Amino acid sequence: MGHHHHKHPILEEIIEITGQDPALCYQCGKCSAGCPVREFAECAPNKVVRYLQLGMYDLALESKTIWLCAGCLTCSSRCPKNYELASLMDALRELAIKHNKKIPEQNVYKFHKAFLEPIRLFGRSYEIGMLMGYKFSTFKFLQDMDLAPETLLFKSKMGLLPHIVKNSDKVKEIFRKTKEAE
Amino acid sequence: MKTAYFPGCSMAGTSREFSSSLKEVLALLNIELNEIDDWSCCGASSAHVTSHLLATALPARNLNLASQQGYDEIFAPCAACYSRLLMVSREVNNNKKMAAKVEDVLGEKLLPTPNVVNLLEYFTQIDKEKLAQLKKIDLSGLNVACYYGCLLVRPNGINELDDSEQPASMEALVSITGAKPVDWNFKTECCGAAHSIPHTNIVEILSKKIIDDAVAHKADIIVVGCPMCHSNLDMRQRKIKKDYPDTKETPILYLTELLGLSFGIDYNKLGLNLHYIDPIKLIEKRLEKEAVK
Amino acid sequence: MKIGVFVCECGENIGRTVDCKKVAEIASHYPGVAYSVDYKYMCSDPGQNLIKKAIEDYKLDAVVVGSCSPHMHEKTFRKVCSSMGINPYLVEIANLREHCSWIHDNIAEATDKAADLIRLLVEKVKYNEPLFPIHVPVTKQALVIGGGISGIQAALDIANAGFKVVMVEKEPSIGGHMSQLSETFPTLDCSQCILTPRMVEVYQHPNIKLLTYSEIENVEGFIGNFKVTIRKKARSIKEDLCNGCGMCIQKCPNKKTAKSDFDEGLTTRTAIYVPFPQAVPNIPVIDRTVCTYYKNGKCKICVKVCGRDAIDFEQEDTILTEEIGAIIVATGYKLYTIDKKPADSPIQGYGEYGYGQYKDVISGLQFERIASASGPTAGEMKRPSDGKEPKKIVFIQCVGSRDESKGFSYCSKICCMYTAKHAMLYKHKVHDGEAYVFYMDIRAGGKNYDEFVRRAIEEDGVNYIRGRVSRIYEENGKYIVKGEDTLAGLPVQIDADMVVLATAMVAQPESPKLAQILSIPYDKYGFLAELHPKLHPIETSTGGIFLAGSANSPKDIPECVAMASAAAAKTLVLFGSDMLEREPIVAKVDESTCIGCLYCKKVCPYNAIEIKEIRNRNGELIKTVAYVNTGLCQGCGTCNATCPSKSVQLLGFRDDQIFAQLCAFADTI
Repeated sequence: MGHHHHKHPILEEIIEITGQDPALCYQCGKCSAGCPVREFAECAPNKVVRYLQLGMYDLALESKTIWLCAGCLTCSSRCPKNYELASLMDALRELAIKHNKKIPEQNVYKFHKAFLEPIRLFGRSYEIGMLMGYKFSTFKFLQDMDLAPETLLFKSKMGLLPHIVKNSDKVKEIFRKTKEAE
Repeated sequence: MKTAYFPGCSMAGTSREFSSSLKEVLALLNIELNEIDDWSCCGASSAHVTSHLLATALPARNLNLASQQGYDEIFAPCAACYSRLLMVSREVNNNKKMAAKVEDVLGEKLLPTPNVVNLLEYFTQIDKEKLAQLKKIDLSGLNVACYYGCLLVRPNGINELDDSEQPASMEALVSITGAKPVDWNFKTECCGAAHSIPHTNIVEILSKKIIDDAVAHKADIIVVGCPMCHSNLDMRQRKIKKDYPDTKETPILYLTELLGLSFGIDYNKLGLNLHYIDPIKLIEKRLEKEAVK
Repeated sequence: MKIGVFVCECGENIGRTVDCKKVAEIASHYPGVAYSVDYKYMCSDPGQNLIKKAIEDYKLDAVVVGSCSPHMHEKTFRKVCSSMGINPYLVEIANLREHCSWIHDNIAEATDKAADLIRLLVEKVKYNEPLFPIHVPVTKQALVIGGGISGIQAALDIANAGFKVVMVEKEPSIGGHMSQLSETFPTLDCSQCILTPRMVEVYQHPNIKLLTYSEIENVEGFIGNFKVTIRKKARSIKEDLCNGCGMCIQKCPNKKTAKSDFDEGLTTRTAIYVPFPQAVPNIPVIDRTVCTYYKNGKCKICVKVCGRDAIDFEQEDTILTEEIGAIIVATGYKLYTIDKKPADSPIQGYGEYGYGQYKDVISGLQFERIASASGPTAGEMKRPSDGKEPKKIVFIQCVGSRDESKGFSYCSKICCMYTAKHAMLYKHKVHDGEAYVFYMDIRAGGKNYDEFVRRAIEEDGVNYIRGRVSRIYEENGKYIVKGEDTLAGLPVQIDADMVVLATAMVAQPESPKLAQILSIPYDKYGFLAELHPKLHPIETSTGGIFLAGSANSPKDIPECVAMASAAAAKTLVLFGSDMLEREPIVAKVDESTCIGCLYCKKVCPYNAIEIKEIRNRNGELIKTVAYVNTGLCQGCGTCNATCPSKSVQLLGFRDDQIFAQLCAFADTI
């Protein structure tokens, strides 16, 4: 006879996305010890997992840490339990957005949204478009302006016009359908 | 083996020098790259931050395009694209449920995924003798810190070529040019990746640590294989120096630029003139010194 | 045949769900049943008397008891019947508890099932035949494999009880890992001081035959009657002539050709060597892989300086055989190494800790050698790279243990204790030094163990930090250790002078091979498996082979010693009688129908099938048939199921007996 545990719906969603139960983590802290953004996060990555283990989902979903994660995969690589913490961080951000949780790192969120928008429209990333989008959403108009003339004029490191994928509708469709599926 | 080329978005933009140096070097080897027709963005580091399904579907479209176009291998020089393509090909192969969802989103059946190779794997596959024969300028005298970053070697066991903690394939390629790879500690430490714009300060601190460790181990330049690493270490370096004046100016080269230099390709053709931290002066100085010796 | 049925209520255990009175009533109508009754506790004295009286009154000649599992009381009921003249193998037990009452809740259905279970055995017992125990003689000489503390303890116990022991050790000296240790927890007494007297005792004991530098080649036979082949590797020294003067070692010009295993690679040794000064026996070995003579035929300095002509370059391995009654396997453990190893090795190493390339990132056993008065630094705290005294030292626990990614998921059990000991020894030697221990949990269950760890923290000021270390790298002669204090929730970085890794205890790499020679199981890690984790922790699934020490799983010294004494006690139980009685549930071949295809021989897991030649009066071969060695046969029945001509039958479970049960079962449906 199997044991049936009733899992919290958030936990079920986490397991669905990542394929792993946070119960796997035995809280050794090796992830936090090697995390490059550890010094910038108040809450250590292992603590985010601890919150999940305790059923304190909002503390995890509204933590800054999940938005500061740089996705470097050091934690997943070194975890003695083979727990893919970087994938969990992805899942928590996704769920925070989906469940309208407080997002303490608005700029990170806005950056990624701004990055994805030209991809949705044109099929490929479009740096100037992305930067404009980011600047408008964050009102950080002056950021990196010192780099602008060189980047745009002398080095032409950003195309002034977007590259448009022939079947850009196809990519738009991918965005629409994934949104739908959630 | 029919290999497709997946340039990725940054090859046409911020990392133009990566693209041009790659093409120049391969031209000397008589290799022509075949771009996947109508490829689209892999979602980079942004899609998986917001939606797992989107982050899977975007690369899956490209994997499937390559298969449909008859390729059985994809060469993705950008480390971020490589990582996304590889992870997604593993996911759709191992997770039937996810594969079905992706098929639904793409509106097409997924064909068997092509093999995905990164810059280091691609160049390691090329006969070493052939590369050595192309060497015109011996770069000895130039100390190089090989910087792998995160996505070429992780997660653990990502490919057979490199160990995630102590990789060595880039050093082997750099050695062909005569340049000396230095032994250093921060080969695989993270530069801050996509935080470049929303958290410039984080990128500055992390990237400075990397530059400092390379310099402490006597490196003249840092060689990279990832546009994101390059932009953090090169484009941000002047700001780093402004905020932390003790930072020693260190040019950041793509591996293909270093190879191209040794193969005698023109600086501008390689794109060395596009760097924020000028590598040309330093390299010429080093080469002169060596010549005097 | 008159059969008696006795239904036990087992208090409430069976009676609660099975209407035992009704079962007894139903059973009384089964053909052949002369008497049927139920009782509250059939195993009790009055219950047993009830059976006895019924056997007498009703002249019963077979008995079926419906009760708990035969594992519990089969022996009891067989004895009762046997005392009344019924052969014990005409007694059958229907399991009405584990197979019925405990797993059902519907009384009517459970009662029906209980009656059916009894009916099957009533039909079977009609076909049962009297069987008689098998007697085999016992060779009263034990083999102890491994000369570490476990092997030494077991050998001495058996030898002191007056029985002969053959001890086989693969290294040139006995003593095992314990001889490498500096002090032992939780008392801090000197390891060699308490061990070496025992090593000498083994060497001098008239009942112990010590074979060092030797390995087990083959084991045949069965409990009480093993035949063991031992390879005595060529030492290149005539042991009877050598007096251990050590001249050859002193003069050997090949000083640094090999790393000392005893010093865990921290020092080098000569080509002719004894592993350590107190080695037993104190007879050198020539390492032929590095000796100059074996390389180019020159040198022979050792021959010149040996006053007793004891050097023998031409010596070859010798093969010995010994008659053995019981075997104790005490082959111990190995230490996990963080070095990068080839793909076929289970060891993955830790690249984040430098794959063993940093000279001052050492293992626990290397630390023992540094702390040991007999070690390379004569007990002074000096780090390997430059001989400087480390002022800041970091200990990392669980390296390879509890790490299913790079090592093994089990806990190595002793590391918490020896790390506390190491930190303490360090603090006792370097008063102004700082010691840090990174741990996940402190497992200090044992007499005076937790007090010991607390002493390290409270009295000696060792800093314990709860968290695993992510990375170590070298910077300007310091080792940067990056960790997280998971209790404070703060990142920690320590610039250490030396780092000690408490690496996992792993199974001997040869242990699966030895297990195959001995026909005993081993677990997925290579540790030898006990018969039952609770009730038979010493026995293996092969009779007469016992386990001692960390060959079974990671253990500390007191546990090894206790287990070794237990294995000795099990051996002495065996040696307590001249003949061994075995259950007669073994296979038997009908030689008249056997066609000699010997499929049974192929499938037998115990090598119990032999080939027998049948000859006529003139000695001419008529045919060959299978023959069961009843000493080896474990009664598994595989041969019975395989035999195409149905000539092999498992006594007590012959085909006709099983058929009778099946037919009865078919009737119940």
